[in-house]
Amino acid sequence: MLDDKDRIFTNLYGWESPGLKEAKARGDWDNTKALLAKGREWIIDEVKKSDLRGRGGAGFPTGMKWSFMPKESKDGRPSYLVINADESEPGTCKDRDIIRHDPHKIVEGALLASFAMGAHASYIYIRGEFYHEALALQKAIDEAYDAGLIGKNACGSGWDFDLYLHRGAGAYICGEETALLNSLEGKKGMPRNKPPFPAGAGLYACPTTVNNIETIAVVPAILRRGGDWFASIGNEKNRGTKVFCISGHVNNPCNVEEAMSIPLKELVEKHAGGVRGGWDNLLAIIPGGSSTRVLPKDICETVLMDFDSLRAVNSSLGTAAVIVMDKSTDIIYAIARLARFYWHESCGQCTPCREGTGWMYRIMQRMVRGEANIEEIDMLLDIGHEIEGHTICAHGDASAWPIQGLINHFRPEMEKRILEYRKQVAA
Amino acid sequence: MSGSAHKANFVQPKEFKFSKENLKKIDEIVAKYPKGRQQSAVMPLLDLAQRQNDNWIPEAAMEEIARILDMPRIKVFEVATFYTMYNLEPRGKHHLQFCTTTPCWLRGSSEVVGACEKHLGIKLGETTPDGMFTMTDVECLGACVNAPVLQRNGDEFYEDLNTENIVEILDNLKAGKMPEHGSQTGRIHAMGEAGPTTLLDMAKKNNITAGGDAPKDGGKDGGKAKSKGKKK
Repeated sequence: MLDDKDRIFTNLYGWESPGLKEAKARGDWDNTKALLAKGREWIIDEVKKSDLRGRGGAGFPTGMKWSFMPKESKDGRPSYLVINADESEPGTCKDRDIIRHDPHKIVEGALLASFAMGAHASYIYIRGEFYHEALALQKAIDEAYDAGLIGKNACGSGWDFDLYLHRGAGAYICGEETALLNSLEGKKGMPRNKPPFPAGAGLYACPTTVNNIETIAVVPAILRRGGDWFASIGNEKNRGTKVFCISGHVNNPCNVEEAMSIPLKELVEKHAGGVRGGWDNLLAIIPGGSSTRVLPKDICETVLMDFDSLRAVNSSLGTAAVIVMDKSTDIIYAIARLARFYWHESCGQCTPCREGTGWMYRIMQRMVRGEANIEEIDMLLDIGHEIEGHTICAHGDASAWPIQGLINHFRPEMEKRILEYRKQVAA
Repeated sequence: MSGSAHKANFVQPKEFKFSKENLKKIDEIVAKYPKGRQQSAVMPLLDLAQRQNDNWIPEAAMEEIARILDMPRIKVFEVATFYTMYNLEPRGKHHLQFCTTTPCWLRGSSEVVGACEKHLGIKLGETTPDGMFTMTDVECLGACVNAPVLQRNGDEFYEDLNTENIVEILDNLKAGKMPEHGSQTGRIHAMGEAGPTTLLDMAKKNNITAGGDAPKDGGKDGGKAKSKGKKK
């Protein structure tokens, strides 16, 4: 278990005020000028040393991403940092608590990261439903401006830095980085073809890096305590601390900051009060948000919560949103409801996703009742394969994964449901 | 998608003007984006229009936004119809948006929706005859460890709902009182109900014990909330 002294988000539960004075007392904005004075290369090197991987789900090494940005503008185009706070992956509510309770970590991280990438301006894209969270974050931004921490000559460093908040309006797809950029430009949130990648042509066709807000919020701690400190937590290539969200059938659903690579069982038992009715009452866990493949109990016994361990069991860490389901759960409905989610949130741009998500959802609705043919289970897999890799963004892939997880581990359950339905109809 | 505004039985106002106060806000909003990129302000302006116009956006407002931002009106329509938070037809005074995605469903969102339907006498997607309440279901609101959750008018989250505290919320709204948003069982944000498992020194410093408050009505379901007290 992670030591309290190694926790970054010391106000995760909002026990204290998120205000500047209290944030400073918790260690934020402590001589940020000195960190900036060490230079861009130093910041990027420390982040590389920390082995920090993006906290938005894909787990791309952050330091490497930053190093893709142009060192200087040769054609006069400015660089931008865009911060993704469009937290919408079902099960995930970690960014929300960072935003409303530790917003100064975000503002300070935005300054440090922007400086490292040569960006004088940064936009935070926050999901529209987070209205009170947006107010809290705007308050922190205003406080930082008033104190001279950002704005002209930020922290007295000589670097000018502006930070703006932009609210979304209810579209999961805007969490995809290029859809987010389109949305920020005042267009429909439809993903863009890559290349060009955002580092070459992103926001307003300028060099842009898009980072998750948790990624940005841990940067000040990494720079203060050293990349080596962050890299000493967790297993190889899966380093640092992570905010986990544990929801569903546990006694005490909660968010908690823990070490990367913590065993899933320990996470559930130590922090979330265990599975309702005891560990043996566990049916399955979705380990990293709705798009990650569900794991049956036997895998949950031993699996570690990090990118590579979960990939090894054919799932993913995603956003580290742990959705626990006990034996009372209708697992087919649980996944069918996610199929509805992906159908509803498809932007409609690519035919395989637009049509395929609806098709899968309609079949899944019948699977819940058992009103289906056994062969249609394999057909669901086929449809998923036809979508995967054939769309502009990963929404199509993400829509197929939960259903694949269900079929991989609960095919007998689906077959049983179909046979029961037939018996009922025959009777 | 928000659905079409064309088929419904309500009148589209012929004209829409932003209030003086909002015109000032618009200047501030547009200034956030680089020169010539004023189209970026279309989402905040749609939000402003919705707030000014009783929680829905008439077509005249979209036309006005297109004029102010110097963009084709179809581009404004495209954005307004793409995002689910823009209401393109009138809603009840309290638009109750229930999350029914899997994490909320696992914690009983169906029962909460059912209790609300029974209490108001309407179904999801309907508005009460007095125009007070509209009920809709929405996709994940992003407060899953405090499930089930509902959002009112795109602003307030009501969390840790059950079949009893939802009725309390409705009765308060009916009586013209705004219930306090956040957890309805007295939990401290996203901390586990049984008390902190981490940050123990911080917890001590702030007098944090358990996350549950004494249930307001001693209700059966609310009784799950421990009454050890919370932040003092």
